[in-house]
Formats: sequence, C-alpha cells, structure tokens
Amino acid sequence: MSSEEIIFYAFSAILIFAAGMVITIRNPVFAALSLVLAFFTSAALWILLEAEFLGLTLVLVYVGAVMVLFLFVVMMLDINLAVLKEGFAKYLPFGAVVAIIMLAQLAVIVGPKQFGLDKFANPVAQGVEYSNTKELGRQLYTDYLYPFEIAAVILLVAIIAAIALTMRKRVKRQTMQPEQQVQVKRNERVRLVKMPAEKKL
Amino acid sequence: MNIVMPDFAPAIPEMFVLAMACFILIADLYVSDENRFITYLLSLATLVGASLLTINLHTGESVLTFNGTFISDTMADVLKIFIYLVTGVVFIYARGYLQDRNLFKGEFYVLGLFGVLGMMVMVSAHNFLSIYLGLELLSLCLYALVAMHRDSQDASEAAMKYFVLGALASGILLYGMSLLYGVTGTLDIAEFRSNINQIGDPNHVVLVLGLVMVIVGMAFKLGAVPFHMWIPDIYHGAPTAVTLFIGSAPKIAAFAMVMRLLVDGLGGIHAQWQDILIIMSVLSMGIGNIIAIAQTNIKRMLAYSTISHVGFILLGILAGSRAGYSASMFYTIVYAIMSMGGFGMVLLMSRVGFEADKLDDFRGLNERSPWFAFMMLILMFSMAGVPPTVGFYAKLSVLQAVVGADLTWLAVVAIIFSIIGAFYYLRIIKLMYFDKPEDTTPITSNPEMRILLSVNGLGVLALGIFPSSLLALCMAAIPNI
Repeated sequence: MSSEEIIFYAFSAILIFAAGMVITIRNPVFAALSLVLAFFTSAALWILLEAEFLGLTLVLVYVGAVMVLFLFVVMMLDINLAVLKEGFAKYLPFGAVVAIIMLAQLAVIVGPKQFGLDKFANPVAQGVEYSNTKELGRQLYTDYLYPFEIAAVILLVAIIAAIALTMRKRVKRQTMQPEQQVQVKRNERVRLVKMPAEKKL
Repeated sequence: MNIVMPDFAPAIPEMFVLAMACFILIADLYVSDENRFITYLLSLATLVGASLLTINLHTGESVLTFNGTFISDTMADVLKIFIYLVTGVVFIYARGYLQDRNLFKGEFYVLGLFGVLGMMVMVSAHNFLSIYLGLELLSLCLYALVAMHRDSQDASEAAMKYFVLGALASGILLYGMSLLYGVTGTLDIAEFRSNINQIGDPNHVVLVLGLVMVIVGMAFKLGAVPFHMWIPDIYHGAPTAVTLFIGSAPKIAAFAMVMRLLVDGLGGIHAQWQDILIIMSVLSMGIGNIIAIAQTNIKRMLAYSTISHVGFILLGILAGSRAGYSASMFYTIVYAIMSMGGFGMVLLMSRVGFEADKLDDFRGLNERSPWFAFMMLILMFSMAGVPPTVGFYAKLSVLQAVVGADLTWLAVVAIIFSIIGAFYYLRIIKLMYFDKPEDTTPITSNPEMRILLSVNGLGVLALGIFPSSLLALCMAAIPNI
C-alpha cells in the first residue's frame, strides 16, 4: 500500500465515523463539532485529489464561518433533547432497511464495475507550477460564465427572500414633535374642573 | 490564453429582465405605500419590454451561445412570449387581492420577475447546469412567494412543505444528472445525445438509474402521480394570487425542461422512458380526476385537475413524435391560459376577509353576475374538453398523437378519465346556474380585472373556434427530429 492510499483510507475512516457521530450523538454541540471534523477530513480528501482550492474553501467557509455560526445558534437555543430523540427507536428498523437497500444499490451503480480504473483512467498528476485556482477561475469566467451569473442571481434572490420573510417594520415609535411642544397653549393642557365640596360624613 | 467573447445578443431579453428586476428592487425602496402602483406598472412594463425584445430578436434559427449553455430557438421564443403574457395577466389579476390583504408590496413583483428570469433560463437551457440553476431560481422565488403571507398559518405550512419536498426533488434530479454525467462525461445536451449513441447500450445500468432519477425530479416539478402530493396542499395553503402564479406560468417552463432533458438529451433512448411516462400519465389522469370529485374547496379541486392535465401533457410527450411534442406544447399553453382564468375567477369573487375558495361560494353566481357565470362556464367547459372551447382541441390533438404512436388503448383510457373528470367541472356549472346564492354581496373588483378576465374567457372560446394559428405556431416551434 502506498502512502497515498494509507492517507486516503485513514481520512475516509475518520470521515465515516464523524458523519455517523453527527446523526447519532445526543448532545447537539458535539454533533456540530463532529460535523466540523467531517468537513475537515473531506477537505483533506479533496487536497489528496489535487483540488487544493476547493479543500481550502471548504475549511475557510464551512468550518470557519458556517459551523461557527451554527454552533452559536445551537448554544443560544434551548433545544429539548428528549423531543429530538423521540421516535428514534421506532423509526430505526425502517430507516435501517431503507439505508441498507440504498447502500447496496449505490455499491452496484457507482462501484468499480461501472466506474473502475479500466473505465476511467487515473487523471494525470500535475506539476508544482500548475495552479488549480487559476484554472477554476478561468473556467468559471469563460466556459461557465452563464451558469456562474445565474448562480449569483440565485444568491441575490435568497437574500431578498430571507429579508422579505423575516423583516418586520418597526412599530411607529411615540416621538415628540418639538415645534408642537413649544407652541402648546395653556388651555390645551390644563382643564379646570368644578366639583362640589365633599361633605363630612 | 485567448478568450472568445460570447455572443450576448440572443440573451438580451434575459439581461433586460434581470436589470429591470434589480432596478425595481432598489426603486421600490423609495416608493411610499400609496405610490406602490409605480412598482406594479414598472413590472408590467418589464414584461412588455421583454416581449418586444424577444419578438425583435427572433431569427427562426437555433443559436447557441455562452459556450453552448444557452440556446435561442423558435420553441424558446414562443414559450417565453407565453410566459411573459401569463405572468403579466397574473400580476394584473393579483393586484386587488394583494391590496385587500395588505400584501401589495414590491417583493411580490420583484420575486415574480426573478421567477420569470428562472423560467426563461429553463426554457433556453442547453446544458444540465443551466436547466438546474434555472429551476432553482424559479423554485426559490416560489417558496418565498408562498410564505409571503406571514400571518397565515396555512401559508406558512404550505411554504414549509413546498420547500422541504422541493429541495428533496431537486436533490434527486441533481443526483440523476450527476450519474448521467458519469456515464457520458458531458453536461452539454447535444454532446450528451451523441455520447449516449456511442455507448450503444440502452440498458446500461448507470444510464438507466440516472434516467429514472431525472424523471422523478421532473415528475415532481410537473406534479405527476406518484409525486403529486404537494400540489393540493400548496395550492390550497398559498394566497390565491400566488396559487394563480404557481399554477400557470411555471407549467410552461416545466414543459420546456422536459423537452430539453428527455427529448433533446435522452431522445435516443425513447423506448426506455416511454413506459415510465405511460404509467405516470395513466395514474395522473386517474387519481387527479377521481380525487377531484371529493373536494369541497375549489383551489384543491383545481389542484387535482392540474394533476390530471399533467397526465395529458405527458401523453403527448410519450408519443415520441413531432406531432406529439407540438400537441403537448399546445396543451401546456392552453392549460396555462385556462388555469389563469379559473384561479382568476376565485380572485374576482374574493374580497376583504373572504377567500371565495369553497365550491359553495359559487352557488347561484348566475343571479349575482350572469356575465362572469358565463365566463366560468366557458372555462369549465374548456377544462372538461367540451367543444367548441380550446380545451377540446388540446385534448384532441394529444389523443391523435397517441393514436398515431399505436397506443390506442391509452387514448381510450384517457377519454374514460376525461369523462369522469367532466363530472366535477359540470358540478360547478350546476351550482352556478341551478342553485340559489347563499351570499348576495355584489362582486367588487377593479375594472381592469373584469375586462381582462372577460378577455381571458372569450379568448378560450375564440381559440377554440380558430385554433389553427396557435396549433401552427406550436408545430413550427418543434423542429424535425
């Protein structure tokens, strides 16, 4: 076994373990941290595939930004664990059967019989001077310019939708108008009321 | 490194709609609530401008640009014109309803226009990536529009269901596309078609699984049985103005997606997907028409009627001939116009605090407004497929194509289900003409809606008497394959 293969299997094992932890662990903070581990190991696998840019972006964007935000939300919300875990045992057998069937199907479909090395040759390893980032940028801004722009529009729509659905206009605050305060007359504020004097009991 | 500038000219309508949508988004911030109609008029002007651009740029040839991710051909131009038309009418119908419910905001129009952009991208897509991104753009706008009525529990529930199920369907579609990419090594539709021919084995297991997943994703977006469960809930829960939008224009875009993916891309293995489509179409016509009978809410009833119409649209596509595709296209356009009228009637009768979405609300409409009862009569006859309305020609042309493909039994099944379906359309006519009204409030709606709805109803009748021009247009839009 070459060193590359050892690294691959080691990281794959950690990835599968971490992914399993995300959905089985009870504490949501640990689950989120397992997800961080899963992202990190997949980033390592991508770097092994010579996709350095994607690997680094995954760490920067998902681990660095998204998961931190996610952890904040998890820690701030008071999540009822008992409710979350309700029905886990009840759905487990059914879920397991579905998962096993899907796994078997996938093994047949995307296994080595269809996508083995005889069907798809190993990609040529590029030299040190080859810039992954530059190639990606070139592709995005030339060949895939149109889908890239549409993806940008989708992000814009996501912002519009999020704001439209969550923003509520502030209820009108009760502010004073200084010019009206200055011009106020005595008889607008003071009212003299005549009342009969109280009788002694 | 030399870069070839793409030809921007064919995509000018898309760029115009995008620029105007962004402009309206900003301009709307400076418009007070009393002047909100400026946003409304600008949105309508955008659609008019886009149609003029599309008509002027029409060449009759199919032009590829942006490295083959974008195609401009007659089918795309015709479908785009109908998308603008239907969306424009939806905007006009929706105004009164939105104003009554304090929903007359710029976001409805901005999201609507971005939705139109998504539909245009789908219609003009020539790459799996553009199809998927166009679909996501459209769906994202629709999810937000359904949820727009924040104080309504039904609308929030509908939006949540739509979002979760829609995301699942998109995921399945995307997975199917990735498997197809794995087999052929390309995302470009023309290249994909020739690569499939090179494989030469239509039973290639990855190819077939990819095909099935793509069909599942598309069937969900179209609303074909067994992926139809979302339609009644979302049509029912969404504000009627949004239901009107979801139920009309996106069907045209979904038809284009099926044409690009199944016919242009996977046309070479037609025999593989014909059987799947036969099952889905029979089930859609059956379940749609039978369950619609049990409904008491007209929005739900029209939702099940949509499902049955989708069955008919699939019939034309599975016939696999040029006549079938153009019949299907004709049916889709006609359905969008009829559904616009049907939901338009619900909007016409609603007022502040009253949704008019029960079948009983249509009781005795003839006494309250004989003219609109007559319009509804035409629309219901057309949906049922009674001559001389256009719905009859739509069904006839699809059935002709099916018989032409030696599937006479399927045509017979389709006719039986349409006869079953005629029951619930005729029940509305019975309620309108032979029952006493429960509610005698006069119908108050703005004049532009009354005029347009009359044009809508009479148009269905006029197209039924003179269907040849639209039929010829649909025939011209489908190239000889």
